[in-house]
Amino acid sequence: MKKLLNDPQDAVSESLEGFGQAHADLVEVHLAPPYVSRAGGAVPGKVGLVSGGGSGHEPLHAGFVGAGMLDAAVPGAVFTSPTPDQIVPAILGADSGAGVLAIVKNYTGDVLNFETAVELVEAEGTQVTSILVNDDVAVEDSLYTAGRRGVAGTVAVEKIAGAAAERGDDLGAVTEIAGRVVANVRSMGVALTACTVPHVGKPSFDLGDDEVEIGIGIHGEPGRHRIPLASADEITQRLVDPVADDLGLGDGEDVLLFVNGMGGTPLSELYVVYRQARRLLEGRGVRVTRSLVGNYVTSLEMQGASVTVLRLDDELTALWDAPVHTAALRW
Amino acid sequence: MTLDVAWADRWTRLSAERIAAARDELTELDRQIGDGDHGENLDRGFRAVVAKLDGSAGEEQPPGQIGDVLKLVATTLMSSVGGASGPLYGTAYLRAAKVTGLQELDAHGVVALLEGALEGITARGKAQVGEKTMVDAWQPAVDAAEAAADAGASTADVLAAAAAAARQGAAATVPLVATKGRASYLGERSAGHQDPGATSTAILLEAARDAATA
Repeated sequence: MKKLLNDPQDAVSESLEGFGQAHADLVEVHLAPPYVSRAGGAVPGKVGLVSGGGSGHEPLHAGFVGAGMLDAAVPGAVFTSPTPDQIVPAILGADSGAGVLAIVKNYTGDVLNFETAVELVEAEGTQVTSILVNDDVAVEDSLYTAGRRGVAGTVAVEKIAGAAAERGDDLGAVTEIAGRVVANVRSMGVALTACTVPHVGKPSFDLGDDEVEIGIGIHGEPGRHRIPLASADEITQRLVDPVADDLGLGDGEDVLLFVNGMGGTPLSELYVVYRQARRLLEGRGVRVTRSLVGNYVTSLEMQGASVTVLRLDDELTALWDAPVHTAALRW
Repeated sequence: MTLDVAWADRWTRLSAERIAAARDELTELDRQIGDGDHGENLDRGFRAVVAKLDGSAGEEQPPGQIGDVLKLVATTLMSSVGGASGPLYGTAYLRAAKVTGLQELDAHGVVALLEGALEGITARGKAQVGEKTMVDAWQPAVDAAEAAADAGASTADVLAAAAAAARQGAAATVPLVATKGRASYLGERSAGHQDPGATSTAILLEAARDAATA
């Protein structure tokens, strides 16, 4: 394992410390227990947005703390959900009295820890709603699994719900908007290489030089199937088709097309994927009216990408366009 | 022979030792069908538990009853493990603590403790036997403990029966296809691997057994 680390045990806290120093104008980093909150604290009258999950997906989630997006983010150990004692102060700190929406990716650990934390803060009188992000179409049948995972679509949920909160929507309305994004966003990913979790020290799965793993999650877990390495266009088609089919995209619909890098793939290749994804969507009569390309929901140094499509209406488009100022997303 | 708070203390410390020793094995099992953090997370949790136990020794009220030790384990695991196993084991120890507001446990008390733990896990995780989770070790352990206690076994023998059944239950997860937890994303590909949570359950119950005969 070759990584720019000191003791792997300190990887998360040292990274968090650096993040806080680099973005002191945007965030406040707490270390005991670890969570990141918006500089200046809860905004009076605004619904608070809190998310979190395992570390190793940077910039998710702390990179999205700031105006127009999250009020707090709770990082766990690498690929491990945070604990309730971290989530509780993050939620309490994000509450200005208007209540808090917790955005939770659908993983057993995240769900259980957020559930416990929400029970605890509700007992203290804070009003909290939760939304479960489950955009990964690679997980086909929720009857026989823990349900679809939350992956890159989380960025769209956080951005759009964040904009709704910022414009003054109440907790019910912000939660409803977040639910609408979840209902209309789908993703699918591919890995060319596995990643190495620092404290494990070896790749999270073994992949041949001439193989790719289709339908991967963001925790270095293997995907749904393995195929021989193919051209970017062929692989992109294997990502876009299930996403578009699952969304039931029809002629004339508007979408956001988001090509996300897993951490180890150059932007140039992500644009190659974007080009083909856009062509395939347009071939279905779908209009790509908004785009995002880059490393936003990563798996350490994994090579690979995911394609996320969000069906847009006028309101979701306006909320996507609304100003945002965070470490990783700003316009 | 009944079990007292000294047993609970021994069990906890022995659990920490055994989990530390099995850290790489558990992580490797998890790497095959999950995300490879089970050994690391539990080790971190139990190290924190032992630190708390040591820290509480000088306090005015160190854990005086079995339930106090279990509660300390519960809250520490919940606040230091993360992932799914933190809340699952945390709730297990919490429910186990509820049924033991006693100074001493007889054989049926041990069964009640194990039943409480199982109830906690199923309440949080909503898993059933056969879904390739820690329930596949806990359920047979509780059944075996109950049968042994009903047959008049000693506390040590009840724990021995539970530990043996948990170990068998863990081994029996190998051919199963996971339908709960991270491994469920693999579908059929999860078959052929032993479940990490069922394995750590067997380790913890073996520690309980050995603490009773120590």
